[in-house]
Amino acid sequence: MIRSPRAYRLLLLVLALALALSCAASLGFGAAPVPLPRVLEILGQRLFDLQPAQALSSAQDSIVWLIRAPRVVLGALVGAGLALVGTALQAVTRNPLADPHLLGVSSGAALGAVIVVLYLGEFIGLLSLPLAAFVGALVSMLLVLAIASRGGRLESDRLLLAGVAVSFVMMAASNLLLFLGDHHAASSVIFWMLGGLGLARWELLWLPALCLMLALLLLLGLARALNALMAGEHSAVSLGLEPRRVRLLVFVCASLLTGVLVSLSGAIGFVGLILPHVARFLVGAEHRRLLPVSALLGALFLVWVDVAARTLLAPQDLPIGIATAAIGGVFFVLLLRRR
Amino acid sequence: MARLQISDLAWSPNGDQALLDGIELVVGDGQLVGLLGPNGSGKTSLLRCAYRFQRPDQGRVELDGEALWSSSPRWCAQRVAVVLQEFPQDFGLTVAEVAAMGRTPHKGLFDGDDQADVTLVEQALARVGLSAHKRQAFAHLSGGEKQRVLLARALVQQPTLLILDEPTNHLDPRYQLELLRLIKTLGLATLASFHDLNLAAAFCDRLYVLDHGRVVASGTPTEVLTEALLAEVYGVQALVDRHPLAGHPRITWINP
Repeated sequence: MIRSPRAYRLLLLVLALALALSCAASLGFGAAPVPLPRVLEILGQRLFDLQPAQALSSAQDSIVWLIRAPRVVLGALVGAGLALVGTALQAVTRNPLADPHLLGVSSGAALGAVIVVLYLGEFIGLLSLPLAAFVGALVSMLLVLAIASRGGRLESDRLLLAGVAVSFVMMAASNLLLFLGDHHAASSVIFWMLGGLGLARWELLWLPALCLMLALLLLLGLARALNALMAGEHSAVSLGLEPRRVRLLVFVCASLLTGVLVSLSGAIGFVGLILPHVARFLVGAEHRRLLPVSALLGALFLVWVDVAARTLLAPQDLPIGIATAAIGGVFFVLLLRRR
Repeated sequence: MARLQISDLAWSPNGDQALLDGIELVVGDGQLVGLLGPNGSGKTSLLRCAYRFQRPDQGRVELDGEALWSSSPRWCAQRVAVVLQEFPQDFGLTVAEVAAMGRTPHKGLFDGDDQADVTLVEQALARVGLSAHKRQAFAHLSGGEKQRVLLARALVQQPTLLILDEPTNHLDPRYQLELLRLIKTLGLATLASFHDLNLAAAFCDRLYVLDHGRVVASGTPTEVLTEALLAEVYGVQALVDRHPLAGHPRITWINP
């Protein structure tokens, strides 16, 4: 485990560099492979206005810059966001199995998506599905909060149980709609629910990026509070915190970020559950150190899993949720065996 | 001067039958005050009212002359530190990190730990004899060591009042004595609940005895710990004499 401040800073630097390199390298992979030097030329031209030695084909340029690059960035944002949310939720609920999708947000988002795809159609174009998914996520967040709070308290057990309960009701509703609805349309919703980064467009990325930055800032500000809450309700109070307020803040922040991410990428499992544990392996449970590492690891993980999703069944896109669960699960089993 | 003053306090868990009623209690500056009473007599509930965990239905809790329940939790935590029987779960915090939590009420949102904080943590760990363990995982310590880390965390909080819930519970006789001696040398106003009456008699300046949520006796150990009181409150026969060396009351339970 990494303890000294210097080793920790080095780790952050290494992870950040690895992420930047991975993002660049991953642009070459996909149904139409693009050699790495060519990828770098395209990036150089797009980002720094460097003129390449020979003219670039516009097909490769648009594959790399317009299709893959936003997808890779979205992957990094989603991975970072889910890992961040998972880390914070595991602390405030004192439950190592807490997960962004456990809050009911993802099933709410799925219900929103189902309603749009089956009954409303793309009423405002491409954005309809993400928007509806986000509204669904908000509705289930409010439902969970209303159910969980009682007499001015917000206990972690009730929060988790309310999340699970709302999740099931939302899932039942969307499954019912899928069952009753047009099966062709239903399959497109099912694909969305399995997770995928195919929706990524440059003009959509500012929203998850902004939300991720705000969430990271807020959670870093609450890092001491997260430590104290992890130690228990009484300890937190005796250290001057109001557990209900911290929990409410973290829950709302987690739900909003998860809602935004899920609405763009579908419910991608595993990242928010396990990556926080991998990060704790590396740097321990102190949240000021843990949160940045967790986010970087999540981003790194999802960028590479998306490469697998693009190449394994090329030219088909494997839904990334399947890939995260399979790769992540096996990886975690290996990690546990080696411990 | 009174650090902690509780007057006419009443509390009930859900508004019907009072678990605490008409409590009057004072902890003076530098005093170690013991809270005694059988299981379920309300000791823990009373302590919770004093560290701002549960709001009393009636009465006042004053800290340094200020009403505790009209002040912010943060204000309270800057003055009152608590050592409880509640251990963090195994998420992998180290001993030093648990102790450093004591800085929480003194720090703003994005404040890091400066050299003064690090020094405080190291001094506190040295005082409880755990400097050598500071990088170890808290979860791997024995119950007694955990208890001492939590005391170190309380010291790092730099309180004016210390509240302890059964502080000697997980400790062997040597650490029981060491911990209480350490607490005495801190010179802080301290309110602690005890099950071990002999330890309370040996270390406390004053004692309060709770029974069914009411204070049934208070005063020095010699005034409070009498055979009649023990029979009445605990329902057990005891022999009370003087400790041959220290002179404080010594309780010997009589097995009928």
